Amino acid sequence: MRKNGFFARLGLILTMIFLYAPIVVLIVFSFNSSKSRTVWTGFSLQWYVELFDDSRILSALATTLEVSVLAMVFSTVLGTMAAIGFYNMRKRPRTVCMAINNIPMTNADIITGVSLMLLFVFAIGAFNSTLGQLTGVTLKLGFATLLLAHITFDIPYVILSVLPKLNQCDPNIEEAALDLGATPWQAFLKVVLPEIQPGVLNGAIMAFTMSVDDFVISYFTAGSSTSTLAMEVYSMTRKRISPEINALSTLMFVVVLSLLAIVNIRSARQEKAAAARAAKLQGKG
Amino acid sequence: MSKELIRLTDVSMVFDDTTVLDNINLYFNDAEFLTLLGPSGCGKTTTLRIIGGFQKPTTGDVFFDGMRINDLPPYKRQINTVFQKYALFTHMNIYENVAFGLRISKVPEDEIRKRVDESLNMVNLAGYEQRSVNSLSGGQQQRVAIARAIINRPKVLLLDEPLGALDLKLRKGMQTELKKIQQQVGITFVYVTHDQEEALTMSDTIVVMNEGRIQQIGTPIDIYNEPKNAFVANFIGESNIVEGVMERDYLVSFAGRAFDCVDKGFAVREAVDVVVRPEDLVISAPEAGQLVGTVESVVFKGIFYEIMVRGETFTWKVQTTRAPQVGQLVGLSVEPDNIQVMHKS
Amino acid sequence: MRKKYLAIPYVVWMAIFVIVPLCLVVGYSLVNREGQLTLENFKALTQYWTVFATSFRLAIIATVVCLLIGYPIAYWISREGPGVKRIAMIAMMLPMWMNFLLRTYAWMSLLENTGIINTLLAKLGVFDLINAIFGTELTYFPMINTPGAVVLGMVYNYLPFMILPIYTVIDKIDTRVIEAAEDLGANGVQVFRKIIFPLSLPGVLSGITMVFIPSVSTFAISKLLGGGMTLLLGDLIEMQFYGNAYNPYLGSAISLVMMVIVLICMAVMNHFGEGEEGAVYF
Repeated sequence: MRKNGFFARLGLILTMIFLYAPIVVLIVFSFNSSKSRTVWTGFSLQWYVELFDDSRILSALATTLEVSVLAMVFSTVLGTMAAIGFYNMRKRPRTVCMAINNIPMTNADIITGVSLMLLFVFAIGAFNSTLGQLTGVTLKLGFATLLLAHITFDIPYVILSVLPKLNQCDPNIEEAALDLGATPWQAFLKVVLPEIQPGVLNGAIMAFTMSVDDFVISYFTAGSSTSTLAMEVYSMTRKRISPEINALSTLMFVVVLSLLAIVNIRSARQEKAAAARAAKLQGKG
Repeated sequence: MSKELIRLTDVSMVFDDTTVLDNINLYFNDAEFLTLLGPSGCGKTTTLRIIGGFQKPTTGDVFFDGMRINDLPPYKRQINTVFQKYALFTHMNIYENVAFGLRISKVPEDEIRKRVDESLNMVNLAGYEQRSVNSLSGGQQQRVAIARAIINRPKVLLLDEPLGALDLKLRKGMQTELKKIQQQVGITFVYVTHDQEEALTMSDTIVVMNEGRIQQIGTPIDIYNEPKNAFVANFIGESNIVEGVMERDYLVSFAGRAFDCVDKGFAVREAVDVVVRPEDLVISAPEAGQLVGTVESVVFKGIFYEIMVRGETFTWKVQTTRAPQVGQLVGLSVEPDNIQVMHKS
Repeated sequence: MRKKYLAIPYVVWMAIFVIVPLCLVVGYSLVNREGQLTLENFKALTQYWTVFATSFRLAIIATVVCLLIGYPIAYWISREGPGVKRIAMIAMMLPMWMNFLLRTYAWMSLLENTGIINTLLAKLGVFDLINAIFGTELTYFPMINTPGAVVLGMVYNYLPFMILPIYTVIDKIDTRVIEAAEDLGANGVQVFRKIIFPLSLPGVLSGITMVFIPSVSTFAISKLLGGGMTLLLGDLIEMQFYGNAYNPYLGSAISLVMMVIVLICMAVMNHFGEGEEGAVYF
């Protein structure tokens, strides 16, 4: 392949600067000794110390992680089941299902958020005015509705990463397992699931990412008592954002960066090994 | 030795209003090499899948050793399958692939090891145990699929176009090897293919199928020499098929003259199809032949020449080792027992 | 064959959490506070037409800017070696793993009147120079709380959504196709115009969709970088559900109209784009 010229390289570098400038600013000012987010007054770690004493931020972080992990687990299970189901459907119902599955991904977040809020408010209202009055239980928007909303927008991503894996699989592989004496359940656990496992894993990671990154849908479905990290930041912007948030962002960035580095170094190593094996094989044949 | 093992009676299969199998009646014996032969879409793979238990026939019954097995799921049948694209488990190494069936039935570990060795030896893959599926060539994957299927010691091995993905030379080698393996393990092989040459080389019995129906069942020699209808004649080997009229027993007329033949039992003046194999036509001087024609083309095919000779009503395909000139006038003759007369299908 | 029933839980789920909510939006948009059937919500929309206009104008500008930057970037990345490609892709994705509110918040520090960019420019003497030449009394460039800052926020947040699909498509183009075109006498520019660009259109279309839809419906970005000076559709909708103006009926009507306009835009674009081939969405 032809190489890029000077301009192309410059363009790539400028884009990287554009993408990372704000992140660098975030990180730099997390070590600032004053509350200012524009004037550098000296190095300090005080915001990191304060971060770990700030129960509001920590509980928002906990909520974010809890809802993301739970949504990831539920959506991975439901989504994988659904992908297998779609794969085995006839063309027409499958097309319809995939179209509906695409709605939460194509629709604007705010519409997904608002429509789910209407549903929850409507359902909770109906419950509180009937069953709730009999039992004395009053429901309101909170963690449960937040989780339901997250599962809803996570599942499509799981399906979109599992389905291609199913399509790649040899169509007879499950039958091969049955043929060799495995029951349908054994065939699924020992053969089908391991074969599509990369897709399932990828789907789970996507779901988790989408949940962590979400603000808009959470904002409309979490109610007033539950708050995710993004919601906490948003409410701070009305007053003044504490540099503790910078500290937290820096920590998150470091975690994500190291995770990505580990995953990529591992997969690069595997690819290299595979390439070496293939080369050896070719040398033989 | 020849005990009946599997029987299909009046088996039909309908998908979405399309009849894929139309009243199939078929049985085969223990330790037989049976081939289902036909063009794609003829129903041969569906027949195989019904025997394997992956599909249930719409109507009709399947018997195994005299027992009706329509509702028996695949994992309870003593039948194993070698799939078209092998369907190897890519997340396991070769050893684990082959051991899969035994692992499922909880065979003790040292016996698994013994039998995996045995199986891999049989397909000449000893020493490949730890390799990954993707590092093997197509031919090697094929062997793993066979080893994996025979390790369960099935009564019947089903093979769905197993050589389809291999190149010509490898295919020839595997044909002999498959036949050898079949004789070695002494079980029934049911083999699906659209390659007539493969079928003729390996089979004890060939079942020719077309459009969901069985056209003919017989030994390779029967099928080649005495095709029952024009489809079989055309599908198996190359043929000259001409329309003719059966004048009486042992006399058939076609291409403008009468020929002696060995067929009888037709109605007087019955319209028939006549098959003459290209290698059975003998080229001679024009005056010495039963028919006369002009040589239209001569193509060298390696061990023989393929020659097209245009007669008055029909252009004959002839295979011979000596080539005439293009444009030359030649005579053609055929022995009575090389003329195959068939009812119109 | 029975395995298709595994999809049942999710099909039920979709019915409850995707279909029913959208029906509720339609339903709410058609009633008033007293629960009577009415079209007054849609009539009330006319007073907000400037908000619609602003939102669509800013979203279109942001999308065009993303396309103008994103396309060449995607093309250049596809011409790099595998190592650079891998790193570039990770670099594109990495910011997405940090919550977008945090990144947008960082831009506030950069863009404020006493922010980092203005401070830097002042230190470099840029303002003194300008003031000396034009006789002005500038001490900063007003950047934050302008529509431009909102567009910048959109471009910054959604640029990767433009680059990734275009890159994926260009990267998959068979090099033999390009070689064939060269073999037939096409020069570099012609290869790009006749081969690469047409083949990359599906990626462009899905990139446009993925940038335009969140841009037109955003509300946090305009709050943070627009300082409430630029009211966008997203803000308007949010106000109907959370603000003092609590009116979910009007909010539903706005959402519905926005959704329909977006769908029509996408349909028209895909139609002009490449017919069925380009119809990545709907």
